[in-house]
Amino acid sequence: MKKLIQFKQVSFEYNHESEEEEPVAVLHDITLSIKEGDFVAVLGHNGSGKSTLAKHINAILQPTEGVVWVDGIDTSKEELVFEIRQQVGMVFQNPDNQLVATVVEEDVAFALENLGVESTEIRERVDAALQQVGMYEFREHSPHQLSGGQKQRVAIAGILAMQPKCIVLDEPTAMLDPQGRREVLKTLLSLNREKGTTVVFITHFMDEAVQANRVVVVDGGQIIADDTPKAVFSDVEQLKKVGLDVPQVTELAYELRKAGIDFPNGILSVEECVAELQKALGG
Amino acid sequence: MLKDISIGQFFPGKSIVHRLDPRIKILLVFGFIITLFIVRNLVSFGLIILFLTVTVFTAKIPVKTVLKSLKPILPLILFTAILNIFFIDGHVLFRWGWIRITEDGIRLAVLMIIRIVCLIIGASLLTYTTSPIALTDAIERLLSPLKKIHFPVHEMAMMMTIALRFIPTLIEETDKIMSAQKARGADLETGGLMKRAKALVPILIPLFVSAFRRAEELALAMECRCYRGGEGRTRMKQLKLTVSDWVIAVFVTAFYIVGILMNLWIPALF
Ligand SMILES: Nc1ncnc2c1ncn2[C@@H]1O[C@H](COP(=O)(O)OP(=O)(O)O)[C@@H](O)[C@H]1O
Ligand SMILES: [Mg+2]
Repeated sequence: MKKLIQFKQVSFEYNHESEEEEPVAVLHDITLSIKEGDFVAVLGHNGSGKSTLAKHINAILQPTEGVVWVDGIDTSKEELVFEIRQQVGMVFQNPDNQLVATVVEEDVAFALENLGVESTEIRERVDAALQQVGMYEFREHSPHQLSGGQKQRVAIAGILAMQPKCIVLDEPTAMLDPQGRREVLKTLLSLNREKGTTVVFITHFMDEAVQANRVVVVDGGQIIADDTPKAVFSDVEQLKKVGLDVPQVTELAYELRKAGIDFPNGILSVEECVAELQKALGG
Repeated sequence: MLKDISIGQFFPGKSIVHRLDPRIKILLVFGFIITLFIVRNLVSFGLIILFLTVTVFTAKIPVKTVLKSLKPILPLILFTAILNIFFIDGHVLFRWGWIRITEDGIRLAVLMIIRIVCLIIGASLLTYTTSPIALTDAIERLLSPLKKIHFPVHEMAMMMTIALRFIPTLIEETDKIMSAQKARGADLETGGLMKRAKALVPILIPLFVSAFRRAEELALAMECRCYRGGEGRTRMKQLKLTVSDWVIAVFVTAFYIVGILMNLWIPALF
């Protein structure tokens, strides 16, 4: 499939051109490409540069060195910035700090109003976006009447209304309760599967990362692993070395193997684990 | 406790008052305030009070709510009343030591109280029956001629929208911080003015820090959604004046004019 996002030897420093402040080198020589329809989970401990990486995808930040292409557009082309932001929407961690309007549907309309879309079309796209995230009944509510998970779905709808090819989410579930986390993840998975929207999903919940079809691990501003969840989580030692957890069942399998029991690598789901345990015990 | 604040609250509904175009509504409220301060005879005040009552009932706003909106200005009302009753010269009705009450004082006090109360109720009716979005939209549209002299009309409306959006969030946060500080033994309720003011510092500082962080994140989120100021921006809900908007505007304005003209024939209260 077509490559939607491409990083070519990208390095980035904060305060690169500032005179007063020390430059902070955050990304180092990152090369990465994301295909249309991918569901990529990005893992890494705090300060490893995940957010910085994400902000390169919709031209909030431009690389100090190297190039980022989004749908064939070089993100350093300033005149095309809004083109890029329409193609790549971004959702942030705190649902409270990204809703602008006092009514749900007005908030979802915000991006389209900025883009100068005509009012009847805004209405249609807002309704469609709200239905996609299952928040249509709440269209006339005020954001502060909603739960965290609902607010985050509204934020997603606000991005979907732009009909982007890709949606980047920077720890969207970090501040949610388990119920809210499930709602958000379900929404994203259905978007990806049904509409083919490319999803880049930064998270530190391993059980969420397992649902992706690709996992990228960032450490110290470099990509240290980039593969299927199964392959990435097989290397438990490496993940632990960079301060990351693995899903509980993967950990269990790892400990069992370490204890000398014959157990396969890269177990991701409870069902798989149960099946293997039965085999091990029965055999 | 902070959640009890009812000023600026919106009561959704489908009444004529709710459906009236917000621009007309704002202008009519302005007209109302002007009328209120020109009118000085009892009959007109009677009409104004009748008009307010009818509006409150048409809009189906609970009378209790309307009365509650007066609570915060009670001290102001008392202060005005006292000032007028005791310090206006004229025909003395009652004297006790240096205290004296004059007839003119009482009249002026009554006049001012009616004015203040009607003013507050009239203005609250605007916010009770108009959603914040419609209100800011209307202000943006009404002020749009000022763009010609480079007054930042859109930016101002956007600031109002964001302020309205974040008031509940910040109130909630203040409550949380207050409970957190109380749990650590902060005493917010006793002591003199200085002591209480000092006790507020550990509440205000975290609140400001968080407000700035929120502002930064919101700005980023707005940028991500292609925000670039008012230029070329469209709206999902466009304001359109209907015939009934015009009819109501004409009727109410005529009513104001009649009320004002009555000054000519009916003796003034003061
Ligand atoms: N605006 C900034 N200015 C300077 N340094 C920053 C800025 N934002 C982040 N950093 C630094 O960049 C590093 C990576 O941050 P970030 O991309 O937010 O990591 P993550 O999202 O993985 O936690 C951190 O060390 C952080 O201190
Ligand atoms: Mg981050």
